[in-house]
Amino acid sequence: MSRLLVCPPDYFAIEYEINPWMRRSNAVNSDQAVRQWHHLMQVLEQDVGAVLDRMKPVPGLPDLVFTANAGVVVGNKAVPSRFRYPERQREEAYFEDWFRGQGYEVVTLDSGHFFEGAGDLLGFPDTWFGGYRQRSDIHVFSTLSDWFHREVIPLELVDNRFYHLDTCLCPLSGGELLYFPPAFDHYGQEALAERIAPPRRLFVPEAEALRFACNAVCVGKHVVLPAGCPETESLLTSRGYLPHPVPLDEFMKSGGSAKCLTLALD
Amino acid sequence: MMQDQETVLLQGHIIDSLILAKVLDTILMMGGTFDLQDMQIGKTREEPSRARIIVRASSAKLLKEIVHAIQPHGASVESERDCRLAAAPADGIFPEEFYATTHLPTQVRMHDQWLEVEGIEMDLGVRVDPVSLTARTIPMGQVMRGDLIVIGREGVRVIPLQRPRDRDVFSFMASQVSSERPHGHIIGDIAKRLVQLRAGFQEAKAGSKVLLAGGPAIVHAGGREALTWLIDEGFIHVLFCGNALPAHDMEVDLYGTSLGYGHAAGRVVPHGHEHHLRTINRIRAIGSIEAAVTSGVIKTGIMAACVRRGVQVVMAGTIRDDGPLPGVITDAIEAQDAMRAAIPGIGLALLVASTLHAVATGNLLPATIPSVCVDVNPAVPTKLADRGTFQAVGLVMDAASFLRDLARELGWKP
Repeated sequence: MSRLLVCPPDYFAIEYEINPWMRRSNAVNSDQAVRQWHHLMQVLEQDVGAVLDRMKPVPGLPDLVFTANAGVVVGNKAVPSRFRYPERQREEAYFEDWFRGQGYEVVTLDSGHFFEGAGDLLGFPDTWFGGYRQRSDIHVFSTLSDWFHREVIPLELVDNRFYHLDTCLCPLSGGELLYFPPAFDHYGQEALAERIAPPRRLFVPEAEALRFACNAVCVGKHVVLPAGCPETESLLTSRGYLPHPVPLDEFMKSGGSAKCLTLALD
Repeated sequence: MMQDQETVLLQGHIIDSLILAKVLDTILMMGGTFDLQDMQIGKTREEPSRARIIVRASSAKLLKEIVHAIQPHGASVESERDCRLAAAPADGIFPEEFYATTHLPTQVRMHDQWLEVEGIEMDLGVRVDPVSLTARTIPMGQVMRGDLIVIGREGVRVIPLQRPRDRDVFSFMASQVSSERPHGHIIGDIAKRLVQLRAGFQEAKAGSKVLLAGGPAIVHAGGREALTWLIDEGFIHVLFCGNALPAHDMEVDLYGTSLGYGHAAGRVVPHGHEHHLRTINRIRAIGSIEAAVTSGVIKTGIMAACVRRGVQVVMAGTIRDDGPLPGVITDAIEAQDAMRAAIPGIGLALLVASTLHAVATGNLLPATIPSVCVDVNPAVPTKLADRGTFQAVGLVMDAASFLRDLARELGWKP
């Protein structure tokens, strides 16, 4: 059973621009956003069988909906994020309170280094990947590796449209890696190629990468991904996965999709 | 060429992620160089690796740019401490734990900045003036009570020699002592350097002086004319020797013998052993070598050429000296100081046919000065290298043959 933290999009809007996707002029259709979010929740609960923990939305924090950036949770330990931009730093206290309220042991990183949670740290049970340069600092990964006794392979993100690692890379439960190689420099691409055998590397085509096909939630054989990525769906099907496309274009206006809207708690 | 450097640390899973490769590539691509130190590779997948990297660049600006470029990939500048200082407890005595110098370029850290140590020479201490923020080597005998001397190794860094840009025999920077190798190309390279340095000297360029430290075998073996020519042509600017080289050089001028051996006759002449004593006595009577030359008593040879060309001569005496000649410094420490004072500005050192003067001079030279040690006995260049003067090129060869070949290479027609 998989538990996910989510936050309803009551106050979701484009109120600032901190990534290339965000334009204040491109207003969110709030009703549509709420419909899409509830659809996603329905798929996650009913089709995928995930258990959802909902946190309370806060007025004035439009991006609190993107719970992937709350921090990272391993077992009973939670490390809250340290956001790069002041616009999102105000979310830190709410996420931290939520972790404490749920009884997690909260471990905090020294201030001075940025870390944007599961948006930049994801991987397989024994190996994690850490996205750096756009939002998180590489320095935090050695600390996290030390705390959690996991190998963390840092990967430089070189295209600011893919500003978090979860926008261009998605590890799947069977050991395959769904990713968009040009989002990484050649050292990162080489490091991934060294680590993942060719049959397990699933390359997402650019057009679908730009629809955030990699921003997918994988639970067992289920993969919930944004709608409009048929080639990625075929790739997943060919490896025995069950794709669940969900329209999430209102959230793409802010540079987020299925994965950004959830945080894995187990 | 002096280089700026900074030590950075890189840790984490830096091997499989190719982060280390990326950092090192970045340093090289930007025109810097690096030394990988203390590389510790994690034994298991989850265990992190650590690398300590010394980054070097040709200027402080470039170094800053390189460090700035590698920092986002996790390279953090190693925090450095100031050097530790202690006051000398008495005149002529270093504090315990004093830092003993090498002959490599050295810097000490004071108030978070690296100071270049002046007067680089091996086996000395380093005195720091905390007010003017300067650091200079100091011999044990010259230290004054209360002088602030660097102790321990913290905040001291020694900079390895950079490979010179000129691709000649000196670019190997290692003594390759062998009597089994042809000498021609080495002598050719020395000749090229002498031509460049003479041009620099004539333009008063810093570091253009040529030092020759030599023994009397130069005269005995028949190298006197060649060396005289080299001095007259302006290729040699400083001469280090003892009592014997000038004594026998002037003996040839006055008696046609060296150590009683007739140069023209090719045999020992009757009572020839007295000649060098009579020569020394004569010069002592005149008062100085310079006066002997200018008054026309000494007309030919090495010392006459030195006086004519204004070559700086330091004569250091030894225990078995006869006389000695006027001008020979018989106090060993005083002689050492006089030799040390003549070192600044030297761009090439030729150490020819004298174990004593070669080793003494080698000890005074910074490693940055290209040096050649010529001796018919392979033990001499080897001894020089063993005593730390690793930069000297060893040439196993008779002194006279060396000087004659070198002079011929430069246009001497005997």
